[in-house]
Amino acid sequence: MSAMIQIEHLTYVYNPGMPDATTALDDVSFEIEEGQFVGIIGSTGSGKSTLITHFNGLHRPTSGRVLVDGTDLWEKPEKIRDFRFKVGLVFQYPEYQLFEETCYKDIAYGPKNMGLDPQEIDRRVRQAAGFVGLSPQLLERNPFELSGGQKRRVAIAGVLAMEPKVLVLDEPAAGLDPEGRDTILGAVKAYHKATGITVVLVSHSMEDIARYADKVLVMDQRKLALYDDVDKVFAQAPRLLELGLSVPQITKIFLRLKELGLDIDTDVYTMPYAVNTLREALEKRKGEAKC
Amino acid sequence: MLKDITIGQHFPGNSLVHLMDPRLKIIITICYIVVLFMAANPLGIALSILLLLSLYLVAKIPLKMIGKSLKPILPIILFTCVLNLFFVVGEGEPLFQFWIFTVYAKGVQYAVLMAVRVLALIAGTSLLTYTTSPIILTDAIERLLAPFAKLHLPVHELAMMMSIALRFIPTLIEETDKIMNAQKARGAMLDNGSLKQRVMALVPVLIPLFISAFRRADELAMAMECRCYHGGEGRTRLKVLRMTRRDLVCGLVSLAVLGVILSTRFFVPGLQ
Repeated sequence: MSAMIQIEHLTYVYNPGMPDATTALDDVSFEIEEGQFVGIIGSTGSGKSTLITHFNGLHRPTSGRVLVDGTDLWEKPEKIRDFRFKVGLVFQYPEYQLFEETCYKDIAYGPKNMGLDPQEIDRRVRQAAGFVGLSPQLLERNPFELSGGQKRRVAIAGVLAMEPKVLVLDEPAAGLDPEGRDTILGAVKAYHKATGITVVLVSHSMEDIARYADKVLVMDQRKLALYDDVDKVFAQAPRLLELGLSVPQITKIFLRLKELGLDIDTDVYTMPYAVNTLREALEKRKGEAKC
Repeated sequence: MLKDITIGQHFPGNSLVHLMDPRLKIIITICYIVVLFMAANPLGIALSILLLLSLYLVAKIPLKMIGKSLKPILPIILFTCVLNLFFVVGEGEPLFQFWIFTVYAKGVQYAVLMAVRVLALIAGTSLLTYTTSPIILTDAIERLLAPFAKLHLPVHELAMMMSIALRFIPTLIEETDKIMNAQKARGAMLDNGSLKQRVMALVPVLIPLFISAFRRADELAMAMECRCYHGGEGRTRLKVLRMTRRDLVCGLVSLAVLGVILSTRFFVPGLQ
């Protein structure tokens, strides 16, 4: 597999040279391979959001390089728009960016900017709407009449319709009820499976990352703290707690069980695995008790 | 590009300029502007600029900030300069002539004088907002306008509207930035393209911005009502402005300096 996004010694400073200059990213380097589902976590102000706006060139690195699909984003600054279509970015609370009279027109905004012909735009809009579970009747409605969750799905469809090679989502489930949360993240996962594109998901929820992502990138104090497969990162629960992050609740339970003296593995972060591990541990214990 | 806007930006500090009573600061700023336009001689203008620079130094505001506050209004200044240059008709021989334009020496004088005045004016009023937080500033305006309440002028309401407006400038700028980024991520051409393209590209930014501004206004009104806000009558203040002896001394000194600058117009020949 080849690297889809390569970040090399990326440093970003807001207002450089001013009295209020602040470093938002400090020498960050990593690679995301094609087709992977990567989760990004980190406490507020750790630089997550600034990091992802570098993926499609909304921010220009103060130093370091950003490569997408092997090309340096800033080699030809006038071509930066091409990367905006290649890396689709869904911001936090994307429903606030809706502006058209109908959902259809709003979803079509991105593809239209790409200069596609009307038939292709129509195909993309309907397909994207299908992926996020919007019915064809909804497409003709005014987006401002819809519920919060529906609005958000329209906004996400607006980015999907550009058919990017990388989909980046910043807290797509923030402020939604558990059902809305599952619908949206489920749609993203299904889209990932169906198209095989690279997905980057920024989230505060360890449960969501554990459930959907293959790899986790942990940001701490504007630096890259950890970047590895999900199980390897969650195996370092004490370190995560040190970084001010929580581990999935299920992992917390297992850490506590171990503390209480049960001989059990603590690298548990999803429910099915937890059930198995617990059963094994209990059987082992039963066996010991018999002796 | 939106980060260049410095209106309402405030640099906290505890210099003499920062600590001065805001009412006095407003009065002195108004006097400064009057002096700037009444002192019609190079010496007077030079002295006012000197006074301004020394106040910036006392306030410990980096001089770079003057440049930053002047940047957005440069086009306006250039425009007035050009107007003055070409349309002021002086006596004697014109400096040069081409096509329908005639430039007189007086026109050049006017243009330079006007530009320097406007620059000094913006830099001076910026000092006021740099050293006074918007809340304190509106408080002071409300107090200064208080006598007009007797004439049924809604002073409190005006001041409240002003402080809300000032309070929301940074929020709206941030919001605009966010929406612009979101639309750019969908391929909006805000930085390049023809003029028509750029104007059209603003629609997807302005509509969400207006909607969110209305939503915020609604929420704020609700929040204020929940805390029983019912206008200015009988409202007490958390911070009561008090004029101290230091304020009086500083104020008198500043006014005296401004008076001296003004008096130069009687000794040094003016330009008008």
